[in-house]
Amino acid sequence: MIPTKEEWNNALEERHGKELHRAFSSATVAVCGLGGLGSNIAIALARAGVGRLILIDFDRVDITNLHRQQYKATQIGMYKTVALAENLKEIAPYISLEIHTERITEDNVLTLLKDADIICEAFDDAECKAMLMEIVLTEMRDKYLVAASGMAGLYDANRIKTRKVTSRFYLCGDEESDVADGIGLVSSRVMICAAHEAHTVLRILASNFEELRGKDNE
Amino acid sequence: MVKVNGEPLDIAGKTIAEYLATTNYDMKRIATELNGDIIPKATYADTVLKDGDSIEIVSFVGGG
Repeated sequence: MIPTKEEWNNALEERHGKELHRAFSSATVAVCGLGGLGSNIAIALARAGVGRLILIDFDRVDITNLHRQQYKATQIGMYKTVALAENLKEIAPYISLEIHTERITEDNVLTLLKDADIICEAFDDAECKAMLMEIVLTEMRDKYLVAASGMAGLYDANRIKTRKVTSRFYLCGDEESDVADGIGLVSSRVMICAAHEAHTVLRILASNFEELRGKDNE
Repeated sequence: MVKVNGEPLDIAGKTIAEYLATTNYDMKRIATELNGDIIPKATYADTVLKDGDSIEIVSFVGGG
């Protein structure tokens, strides 16, 4: 039996407190790319009680994705947007999901991301990462961007870090280990980097809420 | 002096494009921040670095 929406919210409120739960549940976060980073980021945010996710990816689930991405063997061939929405609804039945099964380009990025408070870059391709960063940070100045660079291989897990580059831009990863070198991506290390991104999102939401609370007390 | 990724370099007077041409960065994989603001690639050739500027070049690697 799936719990009622009230039971669901009560459980999260008990865990996080009423105000923090409100900060998480009223947020809209976009996840750009639903591979090893994006699928793990979305699941972490859904579990934490983030209210609305915008999920964007053009690709379908492939057998070669299953070693690191949060899909199931039964979902091979499905669009990642559809498969991840299915998995997220099983985890967090009352989450609001907006899915876009298309490639993010310079031409549609402003439209796709306009409702997001925070944007997670979770692409595979380095040029796409740089493109999203430039557009979001120059043309969508009210948004936060959390991006990732460098999480491939079996290198030390502790080299993956979160760095605040500007007031609205955070970069997660070791900034070195390229997927093109060595053995490619390994689930545990990608999950660490995804967890850095998801955690940064929650910290931004929590700090905004603390800023608001500070103002309320003045 | 201009700080580039924390390192002081004697490049005041050069544009961002002129400085980048002396490096090995892949232009398609980078984004550049100058004194806290991201600079669009289209303006690299018009943005002159001044003494005391701080510039950070974020270079992405693939994987995700």
